[in-house]
Amino acid sequence: MKKTSFLIIMVVILAIISPFIWQVLTSFKLPSEIFIKPIRYLPSQLYLKNYNAIFTSGPPFATYIKNSAIVASGSTLFCVLFGSITAYALTRLKVRANKLIMALFLSVAMFPQIAIVSPLFLLMRKAGLLNTYLGLIIPYTAFNLPLAVWMLTSFFKKLPLEIEEQALIDGCGPLGVLGRIVFPLAAPGIFATSILVFIFAWNEFLFALVFNTRYTMRTVTVGITMFPGLYEIPWGTIFAASTIVTLPLVLIVLLLQRQIISGLTMGAVK
Amino acid sequence: MPSLAIIILIAFVPILYTFWLSLHSLNLKSPLATSNFIGLSNYILLLKDFRMWRALWQTLCFTVTSVSCELVFGLILALILNMTFKLRGICRASILIPWAIPTVVSALLWTWIFNDQYGVFNDILNKIGIIKVYKSWLGVPSLAFFSIIIAEVWKTTPFVALMLLAGLQMIPKDLYEAARIDGASRLRQFQFITLPLLKPIILVALLFRTLDAFRVFDLIYVMTAGGPGNSTEVLSLYTYKTLFSYLDFGYGCALSFVTFAVAGLISIFYILLLKSEI
Repeated sequence: MKKTSFLIIMVVILAIISPFIWQVLTSFKLPSEIFIKPIRYLPSQLYLKNYNAIFTSGPPFATYIKNSAIVASGSTLFCVLFGSITAYALTRLKVRANKLIMALFLSVAMFPQIAIVSPLFLLMRKAGLLNTYLGLIIPYTAFNLPLAVWMLTSFFKKLPLEIEEQALIDGCGPLGVLGRIVFPLAAPGIFATSILVFIFAWNEFLFALVFNTRYTMRTVTVGITMFPGLYEIPWGTIFAASTIVTLPLVLIVLLLQRQIISGLTMGAVK
Repeated sequence: MPSLAIIILIAFVPILYTFWLSLHSLNLKSPLATSNFIGLSNYILLLKDFRMWRALWQTLCFTVTSVSCELVFGLILALILNMTFKLRGICRASILIPWAIPTVVSALLWTWIFNDQYGVFNDILNKIGIIKVYKSWLGVPSLAFFSIIIAEVWKTTPFVALMLLAGLQMIPKDLYEAARIDGASRLRQFQFITLPLLKPIILVALLFRTLDAFRVFDLIYVMTAGGPGNSTEVLSLYTYKTLFSYLDFGYGCALSFVTFAVAGLISIFYILLLKSEI
């Protein structure tokens, strides 16, 4: 590898992540450094008041985080639970319409959400699920199940059948096989699936915006767009909040990139 | 199969219900909020609705432009990452960052970058000498459209790049070896080995990205809310406003159903394309 091309690659990668770096830099700036011309690129000091402000004043940011965490982990749990049962059935029972079911599943994942948001809204209102956690967990589970089933199916396909047959002979029921043998063996796959579902649920916006309108029930993504500004938009605070929301995702991505990439691209390659 | 039941309940039944509602006049603003069956009237209204045609056109422009940019940049990025060099793992991980950031956050970030007074985009272009006067990137129709596309391409190119990278790694190395022995140049290797073998994956990536770009909502809702003067309003945004600002559920559902139908047509087109490929 020549030195120059290596340098070019590094510049490209740096350019790609520079907007994110800009976000973090801005979150450490004094208001007087943010609204200044010409622009000052680096903060003069590590100003932490922006981070302080999001938890002490203004909208209940900590509550937003809690809401998002509950909704995202709830959806992940349901997705993995239903997803693995379905995926297991699809790989082990030789269902004839297998491919059709898969196609049906995947088409749901690519649905424009706006197409079903109105009937879901009316249904949720009737069922009293507006402004509840369940009201978001249910649609998130439905929209992410296809992906979960798709990923889990390809993981389950790799498991050796002999072990399961052996367990069945030894008197283990089908649910026992699932719980004691399939799940532990497929743990890496289940883990990768969970990460992806969690990220998608954490980042979702439209359903959260429409279904959970009450102040205290908003998720992070909705709450962050509603930071009030007295005279101008409080960019420092917004980016402090943004950084807090993004940091866990960035850490997950950096640590678990292999699993995420294999999960994302699996369907396409096979 | 509980999953199948959930999906049907949450996704397919509502679509039919959307269609059913679109045959009614139902405005939640009116105190009685009764729904009357009015047949296809909403759809007839829709055909004459200039705003709908404009939103549809703008959605298609947005989709085609951003997806083609993503494909070109994604392919370049994939080819880069397919080489062996130091720190490759870190590089691959770091391009996942834009993908993992919530769209809302990246939309806020780009709104700030494109700020007319204090935005870094103006500053950089000014310093390189491309512009003399600071521009209001989100305040002028054509510039706003351009800015939104940049933000979208930044966020979604990594996904395309990683898909194509996975495809590149499936291509057997000895094909290139054989080509080299036969004296084929790098460019011809790319043209006759890489591209044809990558084609199915390119199509799949395009399918995902097209449908995803077509339903764009968060990004535009945050960056311009459809402005200035509806010049960046896309179908899902117009539908959202009709449903939840004007509370016109009958007409909003008709819009929803049109969005769904166009998305359906797009996927049928791609599936046929994929079938003829394999």
